[in-house]
Amino acid sequence: MRTLAETPPTTLTEQSFGGVGTTVPHDSARQHVMGTARYVDDIAEPQGTLYAAVIGSRIAKGRIRSLDLKAVAAAPGVVALLTLDDVPGHTDIGPVFPGDPILTQSDIRYAGQPIALVAAISEKAARQAALLAQIDYDAQTPQLDAETALANQQLLRPSHRMQLGDCATALQQAPIQLSAKMQVGGQEHLYLEGQVSLAVPGEDGDMLIYTSSQHPSEVQKLVAEVLNQPLHKVTVDMRRMGGGFGGKETQAAPWACLAALMAAKTGQAVKLRLPRKDDMVMTGKRHPFVNRYHIGCDEQGRLLAADIEVIGNGGHSPDLTDAIVDRAMFHADNAYFLPNADIRGHRVATDTVSHTAFRGFGGPQGMLIIERAMDDIARHLGCDPLDIRKRNLYAEKRDLTPYHQQVEFATLQRLVTELEQSSDYWARRKAITQWNNGSAILKRGLALTPVKFGISFTLQHLNQAGALLHIYTDGSIQLNHGGTEMGQGLHTKVAQVVASTLGVDLQQIRITATRTDKVPNTSPTAASSGSDLNGKAAEQAALTLKQRLSDFLAEQQAVPLSQIRFSDNQVWWDDHQSVTFAELVQQAYLARISLSATGYYRTPKIWYDREKAQGRPFFYFATGAAVSEVIIDSLTGEYRLLQTDILHDVGKSLNPAIDIGQIEGGFIQGMGWLTTEELVWNAEGQLLSNSPATYKIPAISDTPPIFNVRLFEQANAEATIYHSKAVGEPPLMLAISVWSALRDAISSLSDYRISPDLDTPATPERVLAAIEALKKQQEAS
Amino acid sequence: MQFMLNQTHIQLDECAPDTTLLEYLRTHLVQRGTKEGCASGDCGACTVVLAESGGDGLRYRAINSCITYLGAVDGCQVITVEGLSHQSGQLHPVQQAMVDQHASQCGFCTPGFVMSLFALTHQPQEPHDTTPTERIHQALGGNLCRCTGYRPIIDAAKSLLSVPLPDAFNEREDHVHRQLNDWTAINEDGCITLKAGESRVFASPRSSEALLNCLAHYPQARLVAGGTDLALESTQQLHSLPQLIYTGRVAEMRQISEREDALVIGAAVTYSEAEPILTHAFPALAGLLHRLGSLQVRNQGTLGGNIANASPIGDMPPVLLALDAQLRIRDAEGVIDMPIREFFTGYRQTRLPPGGFIEALILPRLQPDSFLRIYKLSKRLDDDISAVCLAMHLQLDQDRIVSARLGLGGMAATPARAYQAEAALIGQPFTPEGIRAAQRALAADFTPLTDVRASAEYRLRSASNLLLRAVLEYQGHSSLEVSYHAHTG
Repeated sequence: MRTLAETPPTTLTEQSFGGVGTTVPHDSARQHVMGTARYVDDIAEPQGTLYAAVIGSRIAKGRIRSLDLKAVAAAPGVVALLTLDDVPGHTDIGPVFPGDPILTQSDIRYAGQPIALVAAISEKAARQAALLAQIDYDAQTPQLDAETALANQQLLRPSHRMQLGDCATALQQAPIQLSAKMQVGGQEHLYLEGQVSLAVPGEDGDMLIYTSSQHPSEVQKLVAEVLNQPLHKVTVDMRRMGGGFGGKETQAAPWACLAALMAAKTGQAVKLRLPRKDDMVMTGKRHPFVNRYHIGCDEQGRLLAADIEVIGNGGHSPDLTDAIVDRAMFHADNAYFLPNADIRGHRVATDTVSHTAFRGFGGPQGMLIIERAMDDIARHLGCDPLDIRKRNLYAEKRDLTPYHQQVEFATLQRLVTELEQSSDYWARRKAITQWNNGSAILKRGLALTPVKFGISFTLQHLNQAGALLHIYTDGSIQLNHGGTEMGQGLHTKVAQVVASTLGVDLQQIRITATRTDKVPNTSPTAASSGSDLNGKAAEQAALTLKQRLSDFLAEQQAVPLSQIRFSDNQVWWDDHQSVTFAELVQQAYLARISLSATGYYRTPKIWYDREKAQGRPFFYFATGAAVSEVIIDSLTGEYRLLQTDILHDVGKSLNPAIDIGQIEGGFIQGMGWLTTEELVWNAEGQLLSNSPATYKIPAISDTPPIFNVRLFEQANAEATIYHSKAVGEPPLMLAISVWSALRDAISSLSDYRISPDLDTPATPERVLAAIEALKKQQEAS
Repeated sequence: MQFMLNQTHIQLDECAPDTTLLEYLRTHLVQRGTKEGCASGDCGACTVVLAESGGDGLRYRAINSCITYLGAVDGCQVITVEGLSHQSGQLHPVQQAMVDQHASQCGFCTPGFVMSLFALTHQPQEPHDTTPTERIHQALGGNLCRCTGYRPIIDAAKSLLSVPLPDAFNEREDHVHRQLNDWTAINEDGCITLKAGESRVFASPRSSEALLNCLAHYPQARLVAGGTDLALESTQQLHSLPQLIYTGRVAEMRQISEREDALVIGAAVTYSEAEPILTHAFPALAGLLHRLGSLQVRNQGTLGGNIANASPIGDMPPVLLALDAQLRIRDAEGVIDMPIREFFTGYRQTRLPPGGFIEALILPRLQPDSFLRIYKLSKRLDDDISAVCLAMHLQLDQDRIVSARLGLGGMAATPARAYQAEAALIGQPFTPEGIRAAQRALAADFTPLTDVRASAEYRLRSASNLLLRAVLEYQGHSSLEVSYHAHTG
């Protein structure tokens, strides 16, 4: 375990190596601060590039009665229009299941749905022209409510159920029974770089796509399909995204497809960049959920049975909703043993944009319901919520999940105990209670919540990755793999793996754009799996080349293979004799040894039997815990986060600075989801929170003034890359501690007797409403 | 017009008048280090720094280039991220601090942060006891980062504030200052800054008289002050604005004068410029000014613009209503002073005469027995628009309310006084019991809307509770705002 502060900062100039475990900066850090890091919109456009704008539906549900684009076509600078009739290939670009029309000319299923595309000689001309479309609609009233959708059986996919033991009987016999329902809000990704693609037509139907996407292979496939071309004619190039967070897993593809269609039609390069408002209106969000629990427990607050229902609102099409609701179900236990469990998950359809992946992928929504239950049990019994949580943590002989996977519980137990001590939980609890007794209007709250998050794609075939490694004759190395860089430092980590494997300086390794013509058939960079999968694939490629070089050197020097060692940019055949890496490469080239290799990896041990709802969907679990302290104003519902302490398990860290960055960033993003980030649709199905002026992500002063983040450094028991653990998504859920602390502060107004309802996001308005409801409840009793 | 882009002199006459600075940088010059995140001044990714002649040196201020019209930077130095590092590749100290602290992840917001930090490190030391954390929050509150959670950026900023390093800009300051002053001299009489054909102009009159002439000559022209709201018509609604008259160079509108009984603040004075004198005269205003837009917006936005704009959610009008401020309005007929309470007539409607403009604001000073409190409620503390903004101005005699003025924003189609609540306060003791009738009267004064920021119920309930907060603060002599406690522990 170590904090970042204790780790001496190393930069490449100070310490040349930069292998696994060192805190080297992000590989693009210099370009970021200089403004030279190139994003798609920064690429100098080829001569004659056209700029496209989307004409979207103004209504949320109904039919197009008439579509008149004459004024659009006649607008200054306009070169071409594109409608559904211009699509030579597939017109449905649903990523897993059908349901996502590329354009529509009849049915409208959500506000902003693309109807046509206009291309002009400038972006402004295209956008101004798009406003001139004359469209008549037969508008219907959209259905936006998830529970109504479930009652009407408007389902995107069949419901799923996981069971352990005999829940109904155990519930009936439980001495204490509680139930509750809550609304869980969605979340806008608000990546700072919006959706953008540049399509450049080549010869003979070739198409090169620059896009900001977490899933280049899927973009390649969908572009090929809409163009009615084989995949080998489409190349996707993706150097970096200005943030993804799941919002560019499937949602980048439509814009790439539209740009490609327009480029194919005009023979000119086409750039399509969504203005922020279009981006917010036309792309999917984190799924809103409605969750219910009915639990039974004993007098000590130990759970005996948990009947949990989660309803994921998928919007108009399946997109990734099936897997997202599955993951919500897989995390409805979070870190707690449910001896008898009955978990049901529904995927309902409503008339909004199709909701999609967002960091945590349903997991956070599922976890909230059981964390709510922990607090509710504590209030019912008059205990501290931390005691209830500890009593229910996975433990010896209490280690089977509702989907029958065994949990390695020791880490969780140790984490919680250590954080409880290092954060001084009990002394602060006492101080807060005392402070609250002396403060009539302002109240403080405290909560410790754990996280256990399953690592692997639950769609099994995605758990594979490829890499391509070239060593050039000067010893410099070019690295390519299927993962995409969205800021998470994936390229840095994977390059560190290669540097360690070959014993060379990190500067020797150049990471290039992710390209479908270098590594084919890749999985999305998602599910926190980027470094687990691509790190292993790159290591395999490096090991192959290392083997070839070793064989060559062993023969040349007539020494056994076991004596060859790669380190410090040298290759050693005994303790004193070595050749530089570059020299060996040169010699190997002259001896006609291949200096290029691919690597491949697939995750072992995972399986899931959907019929039985049993298996091992996850290779392992990433765990962590957080303590948050808040202060609320009972007159206005305003609040501030005062302090957060985090202890998080990343296995053996590949790069502590990057891992801590993921933990802090994930936590703050999760806090935004649960507090100020409110999606508002009106009754007509229009998104009102459609700009950063009306949708408020955390700003700098929302970061708690005291923010202690530590790594719980213990090797992953599974054979992951250098025994590290995935870190992208799990920390987001540490923010549940903030929500729970808000409930704690509100509860203090009832002397901790009432467990308040507090739907998310817990805006000041919702906090005040919870306070008022609690006061009414008190008056009534 | 002419300006310096980093160290390059740019002379430009023909350009569409509603071109934004960001559009000019990214599209015309293909300098793409400066990013577009929202094109509405809400994210800070496009932040650049303007250096202007101010007194005996240069004054640096961070602005959002996405909502700044190109014509407004006439005579300035525009510093962008491309201009910071040395040609040798050596990073500017601000850039180096960001690298050292691992303060970038996806990197898209980073150029904006770098520029805000650059501006921060070039501010004169603040005279009052602002903590480094407060300075950092103020300087970076308008820059959104979705990746890092801000902690490493805060650490980078702290490291820069603890050891200020002179940079190449300090060395070149005198030279640039002279250059800008020379241009000011040349430009003194010039009115047209940019044009595109005969009818599309960006005019920058230097005096009230010249401004009146411009308005007479281009009766359809739009007045642009900071432009932080008007520019959204260009970037969001994509309207063409063929004629713009910029007030930022009108001498009379740029003056601040202190009278015995009142402050007179030119309508084109920015929030940042007015802040020291306003917070000195009205200490209760400090908290609001720090939360009004972002620093970038306060560096551009003006008091006059906020009033003329007549938005129901502007934060200054409620305060000005509570202070019973006057507006100095000039038109071809001459000058009149109008009480601000008579100015707003409906949603974005005012009594501004055609061809006229607000020249200055007159803010009466507080009396010794004045009690002034200003509260803003929003989802996010920084850079958010009020759900409710309440300014309460009482005259008290031995805890009894002698006179009362309540200005509220977010409660109606215009910023408005709560006349019935005021009446219910007068003569009452300033106690929880004494304000009860006024709390109830708010519901008679206002029928607020439910919108994306808050429900009608929340607006009424919280506004009523804010009256109670004011009483409790008066009685307890301490702040009940959670943000105050977040910093003091």
